[in-house]
Amino acid sequence: MSYDVNGQTVETDEEGYITNLSEWTPDLGAVIAKAEDVDMTDEHWAVVNFLRDYYEEYQIAPAVRVLIKAIKKSLGKEVGNNKYMYELFPYGPAKQACKIAGLPKPTGCV
Amino acid sequence: MAPLDKNTDEAPKIVGDPFKIPDMECGAMADTHTFEAAPEHNEPLGFPGELVDNWKEVAIAKMGELAEKNRAFKVYLDTCVKCGACTDKCHYFLGSGDPKNMPVARQDLLRSVYRRYYTFAGRNFPWLVGARDLTKEVLDEWYTYYHQCSQCRRCSVACPYGIDTAEISMAAREILDSVGVGQKYCNEIIAKLKKTGNNLGLNPKALRATLEDLEEDLEDETGIAVKLPLDVKGADILLITPSADFFAEPHIDGLLGYAKVFHAAGVSWTISSYASEAANFGMFIGSYENMREVSWRIRQAAKDLGVKRIIFGECGHAWRVGYSFLNTLAGPFDFLDQNYPIPQHIMEFTSDALDEGILKIDKSRNDEFRMTYHDSCNVARGSAMGRKEGGQFDLPRKVLKAVCNHFYDMEQDTIRENTFCCGGGGGLLTDDLMDLRIKGAKPRMTALQQVSEDHGVTHMAAICAICKTQFSKVMPKYGYEMDSIMSVHQLVANAVILDGQVDDDDEDDD
Repeated sequence: MSYDVNGQTVETDEEGYITNLSEWTPDLGAVIAKAEDVDMTDEHWAVVNFLRDYYEEYQIAPAVRVLIKAIKKSLGKEVGNNKYMYELFPYGPAKQACKIAGLPKPTGCV
Repeated sequence: MAPLDKNTDEAPKIVGDPFKIPDMECGAMADTHTFEAAPEHNEPLGFPGELVDNWKEVAIAKMGELAEKNRAFKVYLDTCVKCGACTDKCHYFLGSGDPKNMPVARQDLLRSVYRRYYTFAGRNFPWLVGARDLTKEVLDEWYTYYHQCSQCRRCSVACPYGIDTAEISMAAREILDSVGVGQKYCNEIIAKLKKTGNNLGLNPKALRATLEDLEEDLEDETGIAVKLPLDVKGADILLITPSADFFAEPHIDGLLGYAKVFHAAGVSWTISSYASEAANFGMFIGSYENMREVSWRIRQAAKDLGVKRIIFGECGHAWRVGYSFLNTLAGPFDFLDQNYPIPQHIMEFTSDALDEGILKIDKSRNDEFRMTYHDSCNVARGSAMGRKEGGQFDLPRKVLKAVCNHFYDMEQDTIRENTFCCGGGGGLLTDDLMDLRIKGAKPRMTALQQVSEDHGVTHMAAICAICKTQFSKVMPKYGYEMDSIMSVHQLVANAVILDGQVDDDDEDDD
């Protein structure tokens, strides 16, 4: 599997997670979102940007609860709740949002 | 990728009888072939990176070695009399109708090859005894169908000879690994654990940040500084819990429950960043060496931190490994306090705390939930708990009833030692098996629908990280909200009132 961004090919694993994390750009994020059938809004980008910032500091995605708390702080509780996160990312804020943000897939019993 | 993969819309919302035998459909699941591992997942586990050239000789030799070393495995291969008692016991058969998902048929995939190379009749008259040659097609079939077994052992309860399909499925996976055909989900995770100490890949800095964040939540909620200590030398208790408890919902709510119970009991405890995982996927792939290596980290952490006791959090197969094998794998634990079980389950701790009147409980705080309990297979059929026989069934129910006013059990033949698997156990909790997982959940979901209809049950609790994740994903396919699955200690957390607790009722105030 791979994505085409501005004429460049970006490789992924079998499930569409990019294999070389440094290849991520917002343009690529938009392409992955399109493949996932996710229509990116400012709220989606706020989640994606938070995930990327967190990853940069901790080399792993945050717990869903930590993500929701941060979004609640920045965008209010109408957006910062579990249900709304699933409306934004139907396959889950952890896995689908990570994929769009160019982070590795969370593994384990999650 | 669509939210859930193909076929998922076909899953029926209202099903009916949990034991209903489906119409047979040969090959229905023949194309369900979970992702194979890459060399970087296989090699750290000591397996060849990819299919070896002489795979046939290696696989046959490995099978012989296992039969020689593991007498139970040999007896299981030799004794089946085809009585048929197991045929309708597997949730994947009930959910998919594929006859190769009948336990006896699953066993025969391996048994037929064993016969060909290791019995007199099979060596000389293979056509008379259903013996067959090992070919690449057979190897592929093993991979396909031994990754449609969650090793739940419900069929072994029904077998008059006690043949344990899980043991055969573990052996099959070990043979596959030995020739370089590993499963991506399990092997990637074990490799990650060896590097970071947990399945998630959570490093100490991130773990500390997560725990601090949760401490903040607990203080906001109760007004009390409830701690989630990390790497505290000299603590009395080392908590070993699945890393999903640091990441996913409703697992995290269970972790907060353990913290509140420990706080109320006034004990000193700690989590270890070196052994920050209870799960032991070495069991799923039948690899004694990997299982031992994962278990050894727990011993090492207990020694390094100088703790007196080890307590396991809510994780199903971890408790089987912990209760049944830990001492063999990583013992003796003569450096721990011998007055307590080694290891002990959090449910035993909470149960004792309730008996001793240490926990102040307000059951009405769970009145919005009408609960039932899902027995997780590895706890139910692979362990025990507490001081009385059947404690693994009774203690979780006792704790639930102590913290909830509304509790109703599901149909008797679907709980306790007859419990149905959640559909995601044994290393199958991967997105590429979502279709299988939804089908495999059908018997459990049907039993749940029954108790919902009869008693208005709205939520189900479990003490296994796999079960919790699996249900949160598949319940919406059966007409429930994803948060209808709860941790037992989540309900404990809701009901327990700590000394000096000031409730944060104002939702806007944060």
